[in-house]
Amino acid sequence: MSESVTLRNLSQRSVFSQILAGIMVNSVYEMRNFPIVLINTVLSPLSFLLVIVFVSHGVLLGEAILGGFIMSMFSAGVGLQGDLSHLKNDFKLQDMVVSSPTTWQTYMFGMALSEIVYALPALVVLVVLAYYFMNLPALGVLIFVGVLLLMFLTSIAIGFTLSTFSTDIVQSFAFSRLISTLFSTIPPVYYPITYIPLPYRYIAYLSPTTYAAELAQNAAGYLPLSFTATVVDWAVLVIVTVLLFVVAATKARWREI
Amino acid sequence: MATELEPTSGGASINAIDVVREARKLRERIAIVPQEARPIPWMTPMQTAQSYLLWRGFRYSEAKEKAFNTLRRLGLGDYCNELNRKLSGGMRRKVMVATVLASEAEVIFLDEPTTGLDPISRRQFWETLRAVGKERFTFLTTHYLEEAEELGDHVGILDQGKLVGFGTLKDLRESVSHNYSLRIFSADREQIPKPKEGEIVAGIDGNVTVFTTEEEAYKMSRELARQGLKFAVTPISLDDIFLYLVGRSK
Repeated sequence: MSESVTLRNLSQRSVFSQILAGIMVNSVYEMRNFPIVLINTVLSPLSFLLVIVFVSHGVLLGEAILGGFIMSMFSAGVGLQGDLSHLKNDFKLQDMVVSSPTTWQTYMFGMALSEIVYALPALVVLVVLAYYFMNLPALGVLIFVGVLLLMFLTSIAIGFTLSTFSTDIVQSFAFSRLISTLFSTIPPVYYPITYIPLPYRYIAYLSPTTYAAELAQNAAGYLPLSFTATVVDWAVLVIVTVLLFVVAATKARWREI
Repeated sequence: MATELEPTSGGASINAIDVVREARKLRERIAIVPQEARPIPWMTPMQTAQSYLLWRGFRYSEAKEKAFNTLRRLGLGDYCNELNRKLSGGMRRKVMVATVLASEAEVIFLDEPTTGLDPISRRQFWETLRAVGKERFTFLTTHYLEEAEELGDHVGILDQGKLVGFGTLKDLRESVSHNYSLRIFSADREQIPKPKEGEIVAGIDGNVTVFTTEEEAYKMSRELARQGLKFAVTPISLDDIFLYLVGRSK
């Protein structure tokens, strides 16, 4: 029972390894040990897309594909909140990591990336659909990727902050349902906002996913937006993302010291 | 101590590193298995230990090698690639201990690692803890006093957050003025003969314990037997020391 113990200083530790740990634990091992979860990750974001396409007789296919992308990225936050809460409350994993050289930023980044890895099967299907059924110009692709990145950052900031406050599975479920309702059920992600009658349309603008959908639909040519509206949409997305990261950095209860 | 919670008062240091002011530096040197921690059921012991080492900053191949070597040393070599959910309770605890032992941490915190295990599994698990203790400084918290007695080089007794006793078992035994305990079951205090030497401590379970010398304990036991009372005479144990120190601190 003897193996020499060598203390490694911080500069020798690999941040890449620390990020990789989150990806492995929260997605790769689960997918490897239980491949059936892959089916769920594909079906979940595509199910709403199919409903919209059937109901609109195919007219809203492009919007629905864009919506599928946005929701896949935004679901990362919902998933992150649930997964972090589960690992923290049920397995005490976060306590072990808190007392290790890993910082909260590295832990969160690794876990957030794991949600992308988890969503990869769905994203691949969406890319294939977009390739065959959409005609996005190069600039449109760039804008769309930017929108998706902001959506991803917004959702993980919300997910991480809420997860640090949840102490049991009931709270975790409550937070998940709240995020889903506010950011995916109410906003017109899979169809143009013009489909919502005006007095109710303002409610949709309470969600950042609405602004993301508007920008994405505009980039693909499905929704005309004035220059002012475009600037406002970008500004809202950027400000919301920054604010949520400030909240995550200052209010999230990763540890007390 | 594990750099997670802020102290309400006082301070602490480990190997001259302040747990609050130098928390980041300390995290390089400690590892913890919290109370109720368990390996993730859909992962294997190998994946559990390896991923923790990745979080500590080891490179992938190094983490894999260290994880495997440690699991093998703790007798889990044949179960490395089984799912954790298929392992027994005792083996799952071993996986958690192997996980932190595989790291480079100089100090390992194990918070009530045997809670919930049946008496046989607990005693088997002690062997693992003994081996860990030989290799690293281990800070073990437990509610089982026989566990502290079996495993601890030094034992600290906490009563409502206050350290009421600390030292080797020998030191703690010496903190009680007498070396024998006479435990009398379900007796009125008036029925008990007053010891010529020693003191009487009332237990919270309604029993009464007399701390005294061996000779006096046997003298008293003859009197108690004559009265038909039930009693037990034993050399002083950690249970007795705990009762004595906690009783005295109130």
